[in-house]
Amino acid sequence: MTDTAIAYSPARSQGQIMKLVLRWLLYVLLITFALFYLAPLFVMLTTSLKTLEEIRTGDLISLPREVTFDAWRTAWSGACTGIQCEGVRPFFWNSVLIAFPAVILSTLIGAMNGYVVAQWQFKGANIFFALLLFGCFIPFQVVLLPMARMLGLMGIAGTIPGLIFVHVVYGLGFTTLFFRNYYVSIPSELVKAAKVDGAGFFRIFWSIFLPLSLPIIVVTVIWQFTQIWNDFLFGVSFSQAGTQPVTVALNNIVNSTTGVKEYNVDMAAAIIAALPTLIVYVIAGKYFVRGLTAGSVKG
Amino acid sequence: MQFLERNLPKIMLAPSFVAILIFVYGFIAWTGWVSLTRSRLMPRYEIDGLIQYQRLFDSLRWDTAFGNLFLFGALFIGISMILGLVLAIFLDQNIRAEGAIRTIYLYPMALSMIVTGTAWKWILNPGLGLEAMVRSWGYEDFTFDWLVNSDMAIYTIVIAAIWQSSGFVMALFLAGLRSVDGEIIKAAQIDGIPTWRVYSAIIIPSMAPIFLSAFIVLAHLAIKSFDLVIALTGGGPGFATDLPATYMFSMAFSRGDIGQAASSAMVMMGVVFAIVVPYLYSELRAKND
Repeated sequence: MTDTAIAYSPARSQGQIMKLVLRWLLYVLLITFALFYLAPLFVMLTTSLKTLEEIRTGDLISLPREVTFDAWRTAWSGACTGIQCEGVRPFFWNSVLIAFPAVILSTLIGAMNGYVVAQWQFKGANIFFALLLFGCFIPFQVVLLPMARMLGLMGIAGTIPGLIFVHVVYGLGFTTLFFRNYYVSIPSELVKAAKVDGAGFFRIFWSIFLPLSLPIIVVTVIWQFTQIWNDFLFGVSFSQAGTQPVTVALNNIVNSTTGVKEYNVDMAAAIIAALPTLIVYVIAGKYFVRGLTAGSVKG
Repeated sequence: MQFLERNLPKIMLAPSFVAILIFVYGFIAWTGWVSLTRSRLMPRYEIDGLIQYQRLFDSLRWDTAFGNLFLFGALFIGISMILGLVLAIFLDQNIRAEGAIRTIYLYPMALSMIVTGTAWKWILNPGLGLEAMVRSWGYEDFTFDWLVNSDMAIYTIVIAAIWQSSGFVMALFLAGLRSVDGEIIKAAQIDGIPTWRVYSAIIIPSMAPIFLSAFIVLAHLAIKSFDLVIALTGGGPGFATDLPATYMFSMAFSRGDIGQAASSAMVMMGVVFAIVVPYLYSELRAKND
């Protein structure tokens, strides 16, 4: 490549200019795309800080002339979600109450399942895993009707425990998959040696596998939290007025047809609903991406 | 005690096994059964043939929803894959601040589709959004009313969905590009093979499994797309942006037509089945070999 004989020929320097131009073009394109991805967030943020008056007279991408947090206050504690006008606050806490137990439970059960499937092979364990894997892919519409009846039979229809239950059951596929794929790479000699030393099923899990599991626990917790926090289908199907998660409340605020359309409040509410998962993404993006790719690439 | 100790793994797995059998497979069977009955507001269990499927495919609304699935799916999957691949290749050129750019491209994936829909609904609304903005710049005739135009509204769903998911496809492809054997690439470069040929003849063909994974994930997202339609267009104008998922939901929860809800859910299931089963089968086969 560094052939000195042609280093000073005009063709060579032309090639270099060409290269430089291409390099600039590349950066321009990359930045243009970055703007495309950032634009909606930027517009949401600036709109949420404007007064309604300014929204009507100004344009979409202009910065607010004067910053006001009124819309945020209304979105948090005053906006109407149907007949109730308490903002997204109660629904935000509903989401917290749903997400935390559901994430913890589905992660724990997934870890145990993954441990068994990966290290305690018995006849039928593979069938279980295949059934579980396919369960990850079903469109949830196919279970909505019977689940609604089942929750009724169990006496938890329209309650937060009902939603937790649903999220745990349909989260099991992915959590088991994550842990199974992680534990399968741990040499089985380790288990054999521990068994020879007299360690039992739980002892091996507790003192060998769990201490090794931190990365996959983080990946699983983030994955489950994002899924459950962002869920809308289960939330809208299996909740009632007081137990709706924040995504359902947001949709109700935005699509309520009564009164003046307060775009700034809509945007503030949307950012509030998005904030927890965004924060998780910014703090632990690496694990988020790993979950996405693990959840999709490998079976 | 010995028995318990020996069967502990099975005992630990049993609750999940039972849960999956009931809540996945049992429920699918229930929905399948009900889809063969004349259920309306309440489920009935006398089988009556394929009447619900007949009604489904006679329905204009389902026609639109089912057609939209393929139109939306094809555009969403196709454009996301192309965009994702191009961005991945761009980012693979020793870019400064690659990490920051990657973070920006991927963050929409962390958002709820309801949030995405809300944001794009505001941007695309003709009265105060993009259209008004361009008009205020002096282009008085500029029109961009796809959101309220029943012929074009489905494309707004495509735009928002691509915005949300293309960064993820980029991340998948970038991981794939990085996993290609560096020695082969170096050898090709020493031989003076131009970069675009290295990509088109060596790197991209070796990423076939990743294309397949990306396709499966995107197809799966497309079939399940529900939240985005609800938040962005509510299925409107009219039923112009209905998808099978929204059709099913409105039959189940606002029309009180359980038979239609069940049969449309089974058709969705069938589409997923047709895509996912061959994929899972080959994955599991490959693992056992």
